[in-house]
Amino acid sequence: MNTLIAIIGLGVLCLLFEIFNLRKAIVPITILGLLGVLGLTISEFNSTESYYNNMIVVSKFSSTFSSLFIVLTIFLVALGHNFYENHQSKISDYIAIKIFLLAGAVAMVSFGNLAMFFLGIEVLSIALYILAASDRMNLKSNEAGMKYFLMGSFASGIILFGICLIYGAMGSFDVTEISELSQSAELPVWFPIGIVLVTIGMLFKVAAVPFHFWAPDVYEGSPALTTALMSTLAKVVAMATLYKLLSVMNADVSESFKMVVVIISMASMTVGNIMALRQTNVKRMLAFSGVSHAGFMLMTLLTLSTSAGSLLYYASAYSLSGIAAFSVILYVCKNRDNEDIVNFHGLGKTNPLLAAILTAALLSMAGIPIFAGFFAKLVLFSQTIQEGYLALVIVAVVNSIISVGYYFKLILAMYTKEPNEERKGTPVIIYAVAVIAIVLNIALGLFPSLVLDLLA
Amino acid sequence: MNVSLILIILLVGAFATFLAGDKLASKVALFFGLAAAGASIVLLNHYNLGENISFINQWITQPNISFALRADGLSMAMLLLTTVLTPIIIFSSFGNDYKNSKSFYALLLFMSFAMAGTFLASDGLLYYIFWELSLIPIYFIALIWGNGDVEERKKAVVKFFIYTLAGSLFMLVAFVYMYQKAGSLLLEDLYKLNLTANEQLWIFLAFFLAYAIKIPLIPFHTWQANVYQKAPTVGTMLLSGIMLKMGLYSVIRWQLPLAPLAAKEYMYIFIGLGITGVIYGSIVALKQKDLKKLLAYSSLAHVGLIAAGTYTLTLDGLRGAVLQMIAHGFVVVGLFYAAEIIFRRYETRAIAEMGGIRTQSPKFTSMFMILVLASVALPTTFNFIGEFTVLYSLSQINIWFAILGGTTIILGAYYMLKMFQHAMLGETNSKAFTDVTVNEGITLVLIIGVLFFFGMYPKPITDLITPSLEEILTQINRIN
Repeated sequence: MNTLIAIIGLGVLCLLFEIFNLRKAIVPITILGLLGVLGLTISEFNSTESYYNNMIVVSKFSSTFSSLFIVLTIFLVALGHNFYENHQSKISDYIAIKIFLLAGAVAMVSFGNLAMFFLGIEVLSIALYILAASDRMNLKSNEAGMKYFLMGSFASGIILFGICLIYGAMGSFDVTEISELSQSAELPVWFPIGIVLVTIGMLFKVAAVPFHFWAPDVYEGSPALTTALMSTLAKVVAMATLYKLLSVMNADVSESFKMVVVIISMASMTVGNIMALRQTNVKRMLAFSGVSHAGFMLMTLLTLSTSAGSLLYYASAYSLSGIAAFSVILYVCKNRDNEDIVNFHGLGKTNPLLAAILTAALLSMAGIPIFAGFFAKLVLFSQTIQEGYLALVIVAVVNSIISVGYYFKLILAMYTKEPNEERKGTPVIIYAVAVIAIVLNIALGLFPSLVLDLLA
Repeated sequence: MNVSLILIILLVGAFATFLAGDKLASKVALFFGLAAAGASIVLLNHYNLGENISFINQWITQPNISFALRADGLSMAMLLLTTVLTPIIIFSSFGNDYKNSKSFYALLLFMSFAMAGTFLASDGLLYYIFWELSLIPIYFIALIWGNGDVEERKKAVVKFFIYTLAGSLFMLVAFVYMYQKAGSLLLEDLYKLNLTANEQLWIFLAFFLAYAIKIPLIPFHTWQANVYQKAPTVGTMLLSGIMLKMGLYSVIRWQLPLAPLAAKEYMYIFIGLGITGVIYGSIVALKQKDLKKLLAYSSLAHVGLIAAGTYTLTLDGLRGAVLQMIAHGFVVVGLFYAAEIIFRRYETRAIAEMGGIRTQSPKFTSMFMILVLASVALPTTFNFIGEFTVLYSLSQINIWFAILGGTTIILGAYYMLKMFQHAMLGETNSKAFTDVTVNEGITLVLIIGVLFFFGMYPKPITDLITPSLEEILTQINRIN
């Protein structure tokens, strides 16, 4: 709860900075503030408390995921310093919106009431719509914002409809009550239908097949930093929320539900990977790769009672490598009108450090050992085999192999092609973010217990 | 003092090489390579005195994974092969000039680190990690410093990477499956598992995919010749000298003891695959016009025979296989080095464009001749002992296997001597062939010395590996 209040306070402070003309100080102070909030969240780690008639429930689950979101936001805000160089007059708006987005994210994992859940998801989504369209003079960015807004509000409507049906069936918005009632033998038919509708809405937010069509266009059109935010923070927030939502409603007791999860997970991995093979735009490629990672993360929904730790681990591994990859993309594609692979030609010669970092990030996403991505997949596979879904694991393994194909396309472009032009300047912050993110990723790979045991 | 020391030396060496800068890189790398070789000889002494040089420590609690490095005779033999060949390979590259050599030598040492780890690890996951880790440096070595057209090289190297990764991921699934049953991936815990015949078959096949691609066995060999040809010679030496042996070693260490029922049930099929590789490799080698490709196919034939030896599940077969693994490691490094020496002078790998070297450089010619003869298993060379033991064990299973496998010696002699005749004898090539330099001479003499010494006195190695092979055999025969 304190986390949420502190975040919102920080967001308001950001807006005030504009008034007092302190634009230069905004990024460092926001980062310091977020670090303070992170400390606050960690200090509350072991407490379980509920506030305002169970509107907000702080638990281990919520505080660990909130910490992850805060860390990611710190990275994204830091990258903003460089990215918004030419938009100084708007910088406080952009940063403040990100902070409010974080508030929505924290609300989404610590809700104790479906109304609060919906509030959180709307705060997050509206902030994302604005950020997607934030490059006002760019036609593509406008298109992306509009597309995302139309599709997203449709999904929100479906979620709301689902919540209504659940309320109709259970007579309450409170998740503890719903959780208790859902264990009874006789359930009204509206309840499962409600779950299905809410799940559909959330699958839209995580961009899982067949609700992924918005992702490539929106990712491509949005400003690169917003794409970074969508593919790392927004995706893991939505995934964690979906996980929490389904686990409080005991959705995994139904065999047919598990069947649907298996099919959607397989479809997301396969479609995402096969489509990614053919992309030449790096943002689109990562959009499809994100679809396939969503498929991997959906595997945790098969073992709702035990897999919170592995979801946290997968989410951290994926989002940290995403941050590292995107900071390199921000550097390479600054002042370019597109993010085609051509821009990455010869990066291994002109800038070996950033090329090595991008390589490491992609290897982590592909699941090569020593990077966290490998252990994330390993733990996931292990859990899924234990539940008896060997076929799903084999499909996942085949998909890991396919994914190597397109990740290596980018690596090959960096190391075997000749550079087409020199890039000037060495933005320290981009370097710092990329290095810290990849070091954290490798540290998680070397000591997986650090994160895995948090929610064991 | 324990075996983790070797890994630390190699890893620190990789970083030190990278930091040393382009000028000093090769010398720093050689220093650390020699240090690792020295340390492993000291450790071997400790091991022979009966000291415990293993290293086991809990790494991850959930899932239960240990950082377990267990040294027995077999591991020590393979470790020595790695650490002795590494400085030789580094030294052999001294005549070449590599761009960005600090990265090159750092990757080389890092690969040596990963391969040494593979030979030592006795926890399934740790083993898998080292196994995969060794793939990344060789990928970059072949990609960036390789020769030939960039696009073709890219195709060959990426194919190699995806192939091997694909194979090993199925091995990972097998490990995860066994973890569910055993609750740990330590080798001794896995030995205690009682798997049904059906489970063993699937596990055996999952392992087989990984190893058959790495070794490579027919029909998973298609990546090999192209990568050998495109990689820089140092990369080819690492691949053929040590990395192939990872696959063969893993068959003995992991595949056979963990799934013995399947190994016994389908023994003829797997021996047959190995023998097919022998014949196929030899016949294709006959047709090769490129020296490196010829050596690649001859290598395919030799490892086919070694694999057939391991699948006989007899002490002789396993022992012969291990001896031949070591012998082949040395001889193939020597042969690729000889090819490199010719390339440095003639700038070609086409056999037809060579010739007449004998009159200009009798020293090099005789050393090359010895290597050629060693590779076709001339008595008194190390390869003879290995190959002969394997053929003997094959004859115990079925005499036809031995007869067909024996063609490796006949056909091998034919294509190797034919190559020798075209490359070294005959008309003098228009270009001059300067005699071997001191560095080149030292490398070749070292390799030849090893081959002759163990060819006449293989006892140290046999004594080293036999107890651990017997232990593995008791594991194989624990269920009947």
